[in-house]
Amino acid sequence: MKFVDEFRDAELGQAVAGEILSLVEPGRHYKLMEVCGGHTHSIYKYGVDDLLPVNVELVHGPGCPVCVIPMGRVDDGIALAQIDGVIFTCFGDMMRVPGSDGSLLDAKAQGADVRMVYSPLDALRIAKQNPEREVIFFAIGFETTAPSTALTLKRARAEGVSNFTCMCSHVTIVPPLRALLESPDLRLDGFIGPGHVSTIVGARPFEFIPADYGKPVVIAGFEPLDILQAIAMILRQLAAGASSVENQYTRVVPYEGNRRALEVMAEVFELRPHFEWRGLGFISHSGLKLSDAYADLDAERRFGVPGVRVADPKACQCGEVLKGVIKPWECKVFGTACTPERPIGTCMVSSEGACAAYYNFGRFAREREVV
Amino acid sequence: MSTPPISDREQKILGIIETARGKRARFRDEQITMSHGAGGKATQTLIEGLFVPAFGGAALAQMADAGAVELGDGPGIALTTDSYVVKPLRFPGGSIGELAVNGTVNDLAVAGARPIALSLSLILEEGLASDVLRAEVDAIAAAASAAGVEIVAGDTKVVEKGHADGMYICTAGVGRRDRRATLSPSGLQPGDRILLSGPIGEHGTAIMLARDEFELDATVESDTCSLWPAVDALLDAAGPHLRCMRDATRGGVASVLNELARASSVSMLVQEASIPVAPAVAGAAEILGIDPMYVANEGKLVAFVAPDGARQALAALTAVPGCEDAVEIGEVRTEPPGMVLVQTSFGGRRVMDQLVGDPLPRIC
Repeated sequence: MKFVDEFRDAELGQAVAGEILSLVEPGRHYKLMEVCGGHTHSIYKYGVDDLLPVNVELVHGPGCPVCVIPMGRVDDGIALAQIDGVIFTCFGDMMRVPGSDGSLLDAKAQGADVRMVYSPLDALRIAKQNPEREVIFFAIGFETTAPSTALTLKRARAEGVSNFTCMCSHVTIVPPLRALLESPDLRLDGFIGPGHVSTIVGARPFEFIPADYGKPVVIAGFEPLDILQAIAMILRQLAAGASSVENQYTRVVPYEGNRRALEVMAEVFELRPHFEWRGLGFISHSGLKLSDAYADLDAERRFGVPGVRVADPKACQCGEVLKGVIKPWECKVFGTACTPERPIGTCMVSSEGACAAYYNFGRFAREREVV
Repeated sequence: MSTPPISDREQKILGIIETARGKRARFRDEQITMSHGAGGKATQTLIEGLFVPAFGGAALAQMADAGAVELGDGPGIALTTDSYVVKPLRFPGGSIGELAVNGTVNDLAVAGARPIALSLSLILEEGLASDVLRAEVDAIAAAASAAGVEIVAGDTKVVEKGHADGMYICTAGVGRRDRRATLSPSGLQPGDRILLSGPIGEHGTAIMLARDEFELDATVESDTCSLWPAVDALLDAAGPHLRCMRDATRGGVASVLNELARASSVSMLVQEASIPVAPAVAGAAEILGIDPMYVANEGKLVAFVAPDGARQALAALTAVPGCEDAVEIGEVRTEPPGMVLVQTSFGGRRVMDQLVGDPLPRIC
């Protein structure tokens, strides 16, 4: 495919992999977190980690929007989906995420009208096609998807679509990063910054990471070559003892972000005082809800949700896995109570979560060599 | 350079995972969800955990696309059945009627049986326009004639409006088992070559685009066709070397490879760069975040051939009209048993796992 194949070129990949090898200090172990689930996906899809020396370890961060939704929030969604006459719409991945008693897919099998959509506009279209039904959109995602939800709500308002509401579970990227960085037992050396989120928020919000914590951040695109190049840039900073925010993804990310998108978000959303993350617990000012001006389009206010709080199982150590403190297999429930078929924590929910990945593919990472 | 040591505790955990993977899948779900029909992991738990234990004859336990029935001294027959619930009923390149013939014919063909006859059950929705039915009957007749099979029995049921989405079709097929090869899903040997009969992902993509849910403009036609000519050519050219064949329907090529890797306790290494994908299919998959390896085909087979017969088999396959783009995509290995690895075009290696969940329901 034009404009994409260049970034998937195996020869160029080998060249950057060689550069990475030359930047690695023998005997030193590097833990780099790719913050965004999109990066994790590319890393698996293209086998990027297979091209790294084994002492360069990638830790999958909290940036998988589906995995971070806590059980209670899934239960709330199911409660809305089960209201008579409601069409509940959500992204496909969200349907499999387990709540305390089954997933949205299970609710669908029991008769709830749960439909998969690819964008919030699809949900709005369903609302217009079914004026006699209430259509709820389960909005999830970071700053990447929040603007499209905001625009959809503005359009619903402008077109006077009265049977459309949104259950807002959008989250923001900086607070969980700060929470990770604040933990005294953190073992990360640098961050691959989230490219898509940064197209909206820009690079500036990540400046606190080098400034306050002395860790390099390189904002990266999503093609395998982007990721390898970002890793090389981080290693170069580490080798020089430097730390700053660099932008590998200049072809898309402006340093100041997308002002228009930020304005729309500011109009439609406001920060929740705190929001619960699966595996990470409550994090202040990390979630978005609809602003008072959009209260009438807020499913939680129109229907009321149980507001279920389901505590993460005590034995689950997703937080420690995310911080790089323990390996997936060191968690007490890994592979026994918590498996990909019956996941407990965020890291096992998505096939790209750190634990699910280790469960399925872990043995092969072992075949790489250490420098 | 050295491989890092594995601690005792990690070794123990890896042992637990290994044991869990090796176990026959158990069916523990409380209810049926759409993923039980998707051809991936959940379907497998249903088959291995419920159906096979309940009906458990030797022929079924083979879990081939068609079951073998012995008749006296002859090679016997192969029997298969399939139901078709595709939505919409008509799509570029085919229709439900055409699928109902080719899908069942192909299950017989890849089991190494020459398709002879089909039965046809129609479940029709009250209010279905007669023209729609007539068009499907014509499509069925044309596909049966092209595939050289006869419709020899049938049944019709009508259900209330709101059920069956226009129509569902069930066909059963019977074929004469061919003496030129002995095929078995558990017969794969390390070193066997993996052949693919052409570009992948066309049927699933055509259906997806025909549903008009994505506002993508692209012309992709379903690849629905009879695979018997391809199978016939393979049997002629490399019969004794053929280990197993599968048509890569729901769950795509990835699911076929995973099923057989498990059934034969072997691993496979697939070269991603060798797999043909039409640009429109690749583009749609890219946009929708779907891997074409998991997208359904209705006229593509995967054949596993002993190394000595691979060259002749591929030559014979590419000579069959419609299979000009057939290629060797990888080989069977020993370690790690039950797993499929992919050498990506980018140069890394990864595991290509079984499909979890359903990317696209009601594809056939």
